[in-house]
Amino acid sequence: MRKLLTLGISGIIAGPALSGPSLAAEMKVSIEVPKLDVAEYHRPYVAAWIEKPDGSVAANLSVWYDVKAENKKGNKWLKDLRQWWRRAGRELDMPVDGLSSATRPVGKHPIDLSSSAPALAELQAGDYELVVEAAREVGGRELLRIPFKWPAAAAFSGSAQGKEELGEVALEIKP
Amino acid sequence: MKTSLKWMVLPFCVCLAVPASAHRAWLLPSTTILSDTGSWITVDAAVSDTLFYFDHNAMRLEGVGSDGPRGERGERGPRGADGPPPGGPGGPPGPRAEGPGGPPGQGPGPGGPRRQMPRQEIAIIAPDGSSVKPENGSVGRFRSTFDIPIDKAGTYKLAVVGDGLSASYMLKGERKRWRGTAESYKSEIPADATDVKVTQQQRRLETFVTAGKPSKEVFKPTGKGLELDPVTHPNDLFAGEAAKFRLLIDGKPAAGARVTVVPGGIRYRDSINEIKATSGDDGIVSITWPEPGMYWMEAVVEDDKAEVPNAKRRASYSATLEVMKP
Repeated sequence: MRKLLTLGISGIIAGPALSGPSLAAEMKVSIEVPKLDVAEYHRPYVAAWIEKPDGSVAANLSVWYDVKAENKKGNKWLKDLRQWWRRAGRELDMPVDGLSSATRPVGKHPIDLSSSAPALAELQAGDYELVVEAAREVGGRELLRIPFKWPAAAAFSGSAQGKEELGEVALEIKP
Repeated sequence: MKTSLKWMVLPFCVCLAVPASAHRAWLLPSTTILSDTGSWITVDAAVSDTLFYFDHNAMRLEGVGSDGPRGERGERGPRGADGPPPGGPGGPPGPRAEGPGGPPGQGPGPGGPRRQMPRQEIAIIAPDGSSVKPENGSVGRFRSTFDIPIDKAGTYKLAVVGDGLSASYMLKGERKRWRGTAESYKSEIPADATDVKVTQQQRRLETFVTAGKPSKEVFKPTGKGLELDPVTHPNDLFAGEAAKFRLLIDGKPAAGARVTVVPGGIRYRDSINEIKATSGDDGIVSITWPEPGMYWMEAVVEDDKAEVPNAKRRASYSATLEVMKP
């Protein structure tokens, strides 16, 4: 009954937690596409997902790629997101609604998810890692991880700094 | 006359039929993992000393390239448009004797014209089990190349299969050598030959390419010779992880198969860095890949289960495998 109540409330205010695990949490991810001094630049393909301790994918958060290319030609480089491709990509028929979107320019880009978002709604309590992987045509590839607990008992923030293909990746969770 | 023709051609089989030499035969795909269908891969086929460089001979394949004006052109289009069907599950009957043929297209360059090895059958099997023809084939001095359209999702298998017999015997005080098939064996070894030693060579050489999600339909064993029954999918290999493969001999687990794994890039290092392993009673061998890259794996079983009596058998399986960086 309390669970039901919480659900009801979370729909209206993603506010302070009641005692114990709440379903009203909110997750904010920020991914920075760095400015690179290279002769030939293409915007990177970037995938973000939540990984379980055993390496399997708990939730796909986003995939930025050339989604608008004719005849799915942009799919060609999806496998260069090597880890994502192995863990999730090859099982999917891209594009996937709510997951795929266009590549992003240089800068910080937020992904806001409320706990009712499909990616998080099914997330069981436990230890996870946010994984962000970037691969660039005629460029390199980089993967960053931020460990976190779900749901968070208190406000959580973590970050990781890329060196090559990613700038700062930040994760914020509000209980 | 028939026999003498064979005599002229058969010694050329030796390089491929007897992998005991320093040379390794391989197929090298341009990639083993594709995001999607609607793309192409290209494949090099060669017999070489160092992996994976073209330094010895092209592997000549049915339906791939022409032999130039004095070769097979009259019989078969350069793209194999009306070439023979791929070997299929049963595999082709073995090293084929064919006419001596002219010199390769390059003509007498330094070292003069080269001897040609007979063409091997290549089977390209799509994820749904259908056969695919090699396209844009050509034969160079050091390698053959061909393209494959990838239009079905899942795992493709490329296989070059050979099966043949070699024998040595004494006839009227002279040592004779012979090569042929199980079918021709009875009629071609003279009845008064003595000290007959026969070996059957069963050879299978493969590589795999996957578009999208890896599939397993192409792994169905034929039940003949040495084959791979992957526990770990051959297009799902990662450095630092152990991969398990079951080896099958005549469709049953091959215990004690000798396995050698060699990483590519030999030219730029001092040692071969080969990994040696032996399959267990269940036929399973476990390989942990030290680093990402292309690898050549070979397994060999020697026994006395040849298809003709009083003969030895040497069954080999080799594969080109790509190991990814995690």
